[in-house]
Amino acid sequence: MTGASPLLEVEHLSMGFGGVRAVDGLSFVARRGGITALIGPNGAGKTTVFNCLTGFYRPPVGRLTLHHPDKGPLLLERMDGHRVAGEAQVARTFQNIRLFARLSVLENLLVAQHRRLMRASLWSLAGLLGVRRYGRAEREAVEFSKYWLDKIGLSHRADREAGTLPYGDQRRLEIARAMCLRPVLLCLDEPAAGLNASESAELNRLLLDIRAEERVSLLLIEHDMSVVMGISDHVVVLDHGRKIAEGTPAEVRSNPAVIHAYLGEEEDGEEGEAGGA
Amino acid sequence: MAYFVQQTINGLTLGAIYGLIAIGYTMVYGIVGMINFAHGEIYMIGAFLSVITYLALDALGVASVPLALLAMLLVSMVVTAAYGWALERLAYRPLRGSFRLAPLISAIGMSIALQNFVQITQGARVKPLQPIITGGFTVMEADGFSVSISYLQIAIWVMTVVLMAGFTWLITRTPLGRRQRACEQDPVMASLVGVDVDRTISLTFVIGAALAAVAGLMVTLQYGVIDFYIGFLAGIKAFTAAVLGGIGSLPGAMLGGFLIGLIESFWSAYFTLEYKDVATFGILVLVLIFRPTGLLGHPEVEKV
Repeated sequence: MTGASPLLEVEHLSMGFGGVRAVDGLSFVARRGGITALIGPNGAGKTTVFNCLTGFYRPPVGRLTLHHPDKGPLLLERMDGHRVAGEAQVARTFQNIRLFARLSVLENLLVAQHRRLMRASLWSLAGLLGVRRYGRAEREAVEFSKYWLDKIGLSHRADREAGTLPYGDQRRLEIARAMCLRPVLLCLDEPAAGLNASESAELNRLLLDIRAEERVSLLLIEHDMSVVMGISDHVVVLDHGRKIAEGTPAEVRSNPAVIHAYLGEEEDGEEGEAGGA
Repeated sequence: MAYFVQQTINGLTLGAIYGLIAIGYTMVYGIVGMINFAHGEIYMIGAFLSVITYLALDALGVASVPLALLAMLLVSMVVTAAYGWALERLAYRPLRGSFRLAPLISAIGMSIALQNFVQITQGARVKPLQPIITGGFTVMEADGFSVSISYLQIAIWVMTVVLMAGFTWLITRTPLGRRQRACEQDPVMASLVGVDVDRTISLTFVIGAALAAVAGLMVTLQYGVIDFYIGFLAGIKAFTAAVLGGIGSLPGAMLGGFLIGLIESFWSAYFTLEYKDVATFGILVLVLIFRPTGLLGHPEVEKV
């Protein structure tokens, strides 16, 4: 895996809030076709890195380069959220699921494809006039959504309101929605949070499938070690905003600095970190 | 009985106008969470533009009534939509992300500014417009009272139903509508699936203003007189309609519009004309006390 070319290069990223440095001079590389995991104790700055990547925050220092296979290098830190998703094709999911709760399951997937639909429908004008090309684009989008609904096993619930789905289904739907953006990089913020052991194993299979069949690279934040150790190729460990170790899962697991960061502190919950700080 | 039917007819006509304005309030509230108090003025500008277009056509010697109506409709919709767009761009967008009251205060300021702008440029006097669509027919006669429907009223209903149906289709069935609903529910997430939230908000203002322009045209045709101050009362009543139907809910705005129109018309018919506005706003107070989410609204879930 180490031979693959870099897809995402994070260089000297720093981001602070008031006096707190949430991320401090962080550099790492996520390789094409790889599954890179970002781990660390609560408050290590993992979610902040995601927020910088996806246009939520404008980091004052650092460069985030996405080597897009078709569009060449793109500087993510200069892009608004909708351009990161639409142009750079970086998709993301959230620790606390953010579906469009009152749209149907299918509509959630269609919204994610709206850019191509809007273009095909000439901003709905053609749709109003009933132009054929628009009809075809809409059908294609629905087909693509159904493909993903099949994959996550929700085809029979396509017309339900997304907010009424059970928790595990919502998690998978959020991943499917991200995939409907046809991303080159998928960022997952604690996808296994709140899942039981069998759901978590199912998630592993889905993520491996996304990499193998869809050829999408993954960057994930995870607390669940069975996910991290089971599927990732490369692990980056953060503590207090700094990188303290990186390497293969096995290397990281035996690294004394990592063991200290995770076990050395007295009060270290395994719950989600608050507000991405 | 006949009197009752007649008042229903009148109330529905008035309600159609309120409903079209109310959609603008409810859409804007749904997507940016503010009450656009300048929306009544947008409607007033729509009414003025239709009069101006008519006079211009008259001066040019265009005599065809359908052509004149079409031109009035298009010109007032397009130009009013441009006002709506500019309003959002100049007065609200710079304040987005500011404290909650800022855009509201800005809206009230814009409302006064637009009123004064029209007062100065168009004069303070009432502007009359000769009836363009005349005639009608008698539906029934009873108790020595004949119930009549004018062709104009039918035109207003048909137009309202067509617009509301088209609009509902746009929101529920097209990618544009999906985008709009997605922004309404979670703008941040919408931007993360590639939706340009700013553009969607602009579009919301444009659509709302275009619908208000149609209401302005209708009121001009129906009542034949307008002045720079009509936007205030109509705006507040349409706002009441939106709240009654459930602010944020589109079917609610339409329903609320018709209900307010009917209430006003029946109150004027059976009680005192002087108190019809009091009755309408009394309803607003009652709704806010007993059912703050309105008839069709869903309770606001605090986002965490």
